[in-house]
Amino acid sequence: MENNSRRGFMGKAFGAVAGVGAVGSLVAMKQTWDPLPSVKAAGFTNVDLTTVEANVLVVEKWRGKPIFILKKTPEMLAKQNDEQNARDIKVGEDSYLVCIGLCTHLGCIPAYASGEEKFKCACHGGEFDTSGIDILLPPPSPLPIPPFKIDGTTLVLGEEGEEYKKMKEAGVTV
Amino acid sequence: MAHFEKAKSIHDWLDQRLAIDKVNKVMQTEYWIPKNINFLWAMGMVLVITFMMLLVSGIFLLMYYQPNIATAFDSVNYTIMREVEFGWLWRHVHAVAASVVFLIIYIHMFTGIYYGSYKKGREMIWISGMLLFVAFSAEAFSGYMLPWGQMSYWAGMVITNLFSLGSLEMNGIVEWIRGDYVPAQAFLTRFFMLHVLLVPLAIMALIGIHFAALRIPHVNNQDGDEFDYDEESAKYLAGDTKGSKVIRFANDFLSKDLFVVAVYLIFFFYLVFWNYGFAMDPVNFDPADGLKTPAHIYPEWYFLWSYEILRPFSKDIGLMAFGFAQVIFVLLPFLDRSPNVAPANRRGPFAIWFWLMIVDLIALTAMGKLPPEGIFSTIGLYAAVTFIALWVALPFITMMEKKK
Amino acid sequence: MKEFIILGVVTFFSLVTYYLVEPYAHHVMHPHVDSKHFAYADLPALEKVGNAEDGANTFMAGGCIGCHNVESIGMMTGMDALASAQAFGGVNPPDLSNAGTIYDEKFLADLIRNPAHATMVEHKFSDVKPHPMPPFYGAGGDMDQEVADIVAYLKSIAKPAEEITPAMAYNNACGRCHSLKYEGWTQMGEKPNFKYKKDELRYDANVLEYQEGVTKYMGKLPPDLSMYYKSRGAHFIETFIEDPQTHLAGTAMPRVGVTADSAEKIVEHLADSADTKRVERESIAKNVMIYLLIFTIFAYLWKRQVWKELH
Repeated sequence: MENNSRRGFMGKAFGAVAGVGAVGSLVAMKQTWDPLPSVKAAGFTNVDLTTVEANVLVVEKWRGKPIFILKKTPEMLAKQNDEQNARDIKVGEDSYLVCIGLCTHLGCIPAYASGEEKFKCACHGGEFDTSGIDILLPPPSPLPIPPFKIDGTTLVLGEEGEEYKKMKEAGVTV
Repeated sequence: MAHFEKAKSIHDWLDQRLAIDKVNKVMQTEYWIPKNINFLWAMGMVLVITFMMLLVSGIFLLMYYQPNIATAFDSVNYTIMREVEFGWLWRHVHAVAASVVFLIIYIHMFTGIYYGSYKKGREMIWISGMLLFVAFSAEAFSGYMLPWGQMSYWAGMVITNLFSLGSLEMNGIVEWIRGDYVPAQAFLTRFFMLHVLLVPLAIMALIGIHFAALRIPHVNNQDGDEFDYDEESAKYLAGDTKGSKVIRFANDFLSKDLFVVAVYLIFFFYLVFWNYGFAMDPVNFDPADGLKTPAHIYPEWYFLWSYEILRPFSKDIGLMAFGFAQVIFVLLPFLDRSPNVAPANRRGPFAIWFWLMIVDLIALTAMGKLPPEGIFSTIGLYAAVTFIALWVALPFITMMEKKK
Repeated sequence: MKEFIILGVVTFFSLVTYYLVEPYAHHVMHPHVDSKHFAYADLPALEKVGNAEDGANTFMAGGCIGCHNVESIGMMTGMDALASAQAFGGVNPPDLSNAGTIYDEKFLADLIRNPAHATMVEHKFSDVKPHPMPPFYGAGGDMDQEVADIVAYLKSIAKPAEEITPAMAYNNACGRCHSLKYEGWTQMGEKPNFKYKKDELRYDANVLEYQEGVTKYMGKLPPDLSMYYKSRGAHFIETFIEDPQTHLAGTAMPRVGVTADSAEKIVEHLADSADTKRVERESIAKNVMIYLLIFTIFAYLWKRQVWKELH
């Protein structure tokens, strides 16, 4: 019996060693599934803002995601409240909405209705205003603002500029 | 070492080495099945046959399919559908079988629920069956990604987004699952691997467990009768085949199964040749485009009821309701507090519960596909709430049930 | 008997579910559009009887052949598809050899007078931004008569409907904007087999350039139609060709004004592309069903024999 329990102890010890190996290989397996460096470094997107027309939605592609760029009309700006103003990106005299065009509910791309001046999601009926703020369920939050930097009249997506950092601190990017 | 004699025949030679006579007895001629059954008891065999068709058609599709986001769509719709001889047949069989297998699974499941075949020692049959349902769901979903059409892409987007767990915003998990910020090459290749290797392996292992779980408690019968299998099988072997309550698996049970399978195959191939549209959504014949959402996004019909439970609520509550719907069926043997094994219609309030559940699931299924507007979202909301309420009520309803 | 009742219950619930998620849901999601059988009721009927011989003169004098090829009578602009598209506003003007058969006569007459009106894209064009095809202002005589003459002329040189193949109808009416990859068709025509890679690359680059022009003209690149028969279905395609605006208000796609016969051919061509094996499927289907019937009969006979000793 004594012998048997000794064998039991060594059996457990061996099991522990095998367990360490198994956990080690799980780490490798987990990391094999991670996005590849080439995917992560999928570049930066530059957008020339001088050609953007007011109340006409421009959709750019950044890291496989659609980015909405909407130049506001003076009428829109006149109607805006503080929450909306805080999300505006100012370049020279003009104000823009720049956001990731994926509905915060389940990731569909809302369409822009320029007449009604809002975004409507075809999937589950969610709506957003011209500042990307959710105004009709089910989306739980505004359209997020991607990291950006303003370089003259060029918008660089993917780089965190001063303006972006300020907005992030104010908590309006999500 | 065992003693081997010179074999008298090939059969004898094999029997000495593999005990084929014994295996045949245990697996077939003396595997006893109750006689008091109806055609619903053949659904297991129908599922086996459907799974075999999926396997065979899948093997041929695998020889021409290319898991590459640039060529996947054309390898299916051009190479397989236009060039490969009978490629269209394999694809139609594969697509229709993938859809019909769920119809049969649901019938099989609700047969179990109706006759109470999940309690008194049969819990593991039920649990292994529900695990099979999960594995088949994973298989269906991963397979749906492969043609890389619009529905593949957007279903992949929407379903993987669920793993961010709502307001927890765990986008890292979503990106980890996808291997990218959006469904792309890494996503397609890994779902291809899951579809052709890992999940089928799991399914085959689970089928083994599911069958093994049947051996000790035996198959249930139409009246939930308990009887002594040793006594009844002795009666059968003594020649009283008419008086015995049991039959052999082969050929008795098998001959009935295969007749049901034959009728099923007529229905199945009618769908394959003439009515396959339900299994191949038109939207998925548009190639995947990450910048254009289809006007309506919906899963295949067999996922609609759980999808609809997600929809009518705000994001977090919807996710919780969805999670609830995913696990609750597994717990059925423990939520049903009544010891009675009998058809639902003889179980008083449980009968109402059973038929209400069926109607509710059909309502959820229909609303899951219809656009979430007006009356449809209202019905969807009520049906989702009813679904949850039914499960909450189940232990109380079954506790009140009289013991037989 | 009991088994039939059970079968009835199972069938009932399956069919209800099927009805709700398939026919009913699709009916709700895609409102039905009735076909008007290519009557083009909004266009005026031809009041005058055209004279093909007079039409020939008006046709030549009217400047049509400045932009349009008419291969059957040997009138060629001398430009390839790309050059022609770039010269004439983004899309290569169609060869008119068989226009008289492929397109409806009322449509042709209206098109000659007012292209944007006939093609129902007036919302896209204005005096500042005119339609690339200049309207015909008349050759000095009775304009109704002159237009009728041109139409009569186009009909006189066109092959009869029996000789127009599905591919010809598609290529002329749709194929200058929509590629059809699975049939080897680009917007510039059938893609030739190239011996040298550089020639192929040159051709592909030209196609890209052509597509750029079409994109500019249409707002976005018109989709490849290889799988449209499957993704949209015959009825949708037919009614969409007849009047794109009813399905997609404001769409840049022009009405192309084909006859009912040509529309049928276009749909057939798209079916050849997307559902190539449909004839084979039908014939194999019959044999398989006959076999399965025999299979079922034998399964039943065997079952009956085995169970004779059990009941």
